[in-house]
Amino acid sequence: MADATLTRGRLTGARGAARRRRSVRDGENVAGWLFVAPALLIIGLFVLLPILMALWVSITAWNGQGSPFTSSVEVVGLENYTRLFTEEGLARQDFMTSLRNNVYYVIAVVPLQTVLALGLALVVNARLLKGKTFFRTAFYFPSVTSSVAISVVFLFIFANAGVINQLLGMFGVQGPAWFSDSRGVLHLLLSGLGIADIDNPPAALTESGPFGLSWWEWLSGPSVAMCSIIALVVWTTSGTFMLMFLAALQNVPVSLEEAAMLDGANRWQRFRNVTLPALRPTLFLVLTLGLIGTWQVFDQIYVMSQGNPAKTTLTPAYLSYRTAFRDFEYGSGAAISFVLFLIIVVFTLLQRLLLRERGGRS
Amino acid sequence: MAATHVRAVRRKGEVQTIVGTFFGYAVLVFFSLIFIYPFVVQVANSFKSEPEAAANPISPIPSEPTLDAYEKIFWATDLPTWLGNSILITVLVTLGRIFFDSLAGYALARLRFRGRGAVFATIIAVMAVPGVVLLIPKFLVLNQFGIYNSYTALIVPLLADAAGVFIMKQFFESIPPSVEEAARIDGAGTFRIFWSVVLPMARPALITLTILSFQGSWNELPHTLVAVQDPDLYTLPRGIADLVTGSLGSGTQYPLKLGAALLATIPVAIIFVIFQRYFIRGANEGVDKG
Repeated sequence: MADATLTRGRLTGARGAARRRRSVRDGENVAGWLFVAPALLIIGLFVLLPILMALWVSITAWNGQGSPFTSSVEVVGLENYTRLFTEEGLARQDFMTSLRNNVYYVIAVVPLQTVLALGLALVVNARLLKGKTFFRTAFYFPSVTSSVAISVVFLFIFANAGVINQLLGMFGVQGPAWFSDSRGVLHLLLSGLGIADIDNPPAALTESGPFGLSWWEWLSGPSVAMCSIIALVVWTTSGTFMLMFLAALQNVPVSLEEAAMLDGANRWQRFRNVTLPALRPTLFLVLTLGLIGTWQVFDQIYVMSQGNPAKTTLTPAYLSYRTAFRDFEYGSGAAISFVLFLIIVVFTLLQRLLLRERGGRS
Repeated sequence: MAATHVRAVRRKGEVQTIVGTFFGYAVLVFFSLIFIYPFVVQVANSFKSEPEAAANPISPIPSEPTLDAYEKIFWATDLPTWLGNSILITVLVTLGRIFFDSLAGYALARLRFRGRGAVFATIIAVMAVPGVVLLIPKFLVLNQFGIYNSYTALIVPLLADAAGVFIMKQFFESIPPSVEEAARIDGAGTFRIFWSVVLPMARPALITLTILSFQGSWNELPHTLVAVQDPDLYTLPRGIADLVTGSLGSGTQYPLKLGAALLATIPVAIIFVIFQRYFIRGANEGVDKG
């Protein structure tokens, strides 16, 4: 009995509090939506809505005339997509070429920038060295500058009689005409080793191949022109990743390394068994961020090569831009964008998965 | 016996350390040259005559320094227009992001409103959308709204960004709620609390956000490519890209191009030197992202 009254009393009290809480919550509801409204509106109108519009355009043959959302626009279904993969023709050839170029670009840039960033971080972090701030600044500065401005500088540096070729000349090496040289480095390597002749490639490789490119074309490696863009990108991005490694290195307990030193571990053993395991999460992060970033290369291509020479610096991002805004095939361009989107989303999900794993462990 | 052994080990260690230090500095200096020399080349060659820049690009000192390139930049190109546009857009975009991103970030961190989870999930999802795949989509929407080729098209789509909202939310969550509770008891409204209590405490996050938006909108190229085509609306990156991809007639004109690129780099360089630690925080923001 007494128990029941007590419970009832507690209930009414709780109900009153709930009512009060509800009115506060109503206020918070309105305020909350008012606060997020501007940002949400902008993101909705200029990111989400456009994606839906582009999805629609990617199944049409819109050529840029009038609005794509009228009944006069021809709907072609999935043709813009199938043309990229299954139908023989220029569209597929260009798309596959751009995929090949970007894959070689990724294979070169991701390991190079990761190793360089890690190496720089280790040296900058070394306890006995002075002037850390200066070196850190020097290595990081290229990352913050305009990609367009830096591309101009590298165009000059890699010019035919530019800095690089004059430096090579000092060692008696005649540098290539970087931005007009479409030869693949893998082809050059095979040629140099005497395995295959670049001017007269083996018929077995040139006669057939998957997706509209011959095996010989797939095996080109990045072109000489692409190599200069690779050099530029590695040079600009390493600084950012070095900072991430530095932040991680600062969390490696010094006592752990000292203990290893007392146990007689040499420099390499200390790196291999103490430092590297501690850096593992950051290493994964840098690798996946690299994978995501390298599929988005655009500015440098736009300024330095525009897909030339011989389409060897064409990437899916630049191809989609060119297809839409130079050839006025907006549907086809949008389809390329979505395929690229899919590629990048896969790597992004991979990164989030790894991050979650890291969060769970720590 | 044992003592000699220890001494020997120590001496070996010292030799190793000296060699290691020397090696470390050698590596640092070598890479500093690689990372800095391109800028030296840029500055030096922008003060050279065109024949000298072509004949001797490596030398860090022009044999006959000249301001020809800069005179041409200011009198024969539209760089002053681009510069004006860049400044206008950068200032407005940065102000917009500071205000809208922190408003939204605060709501997501503190206010319990229906649908908050969904809004936050949207923000996270949008952060994963890579900018380059938005080129055609953005053009479609600007075209459809009839604002293609206008300042509105250059500015409005950039006024808020998902990453900025996320950064501000993370920061507001780290502030103890007791401060706001005190203000609430004093009868301050939600916006008052946000504006005069919480926002002043968010200075470090706001500086980071300012720098990220400044750097982002100052350097932005792809958005301008799909938002405008009228040369009067070009920004610095767009104008310089146009200059380089060859609309300016004869010759390579490298001193001029390098000078223009240098002018576009200087503001970022100044901000970078002043706010270096915030840049570094901004870069590491990527580590927590996701």
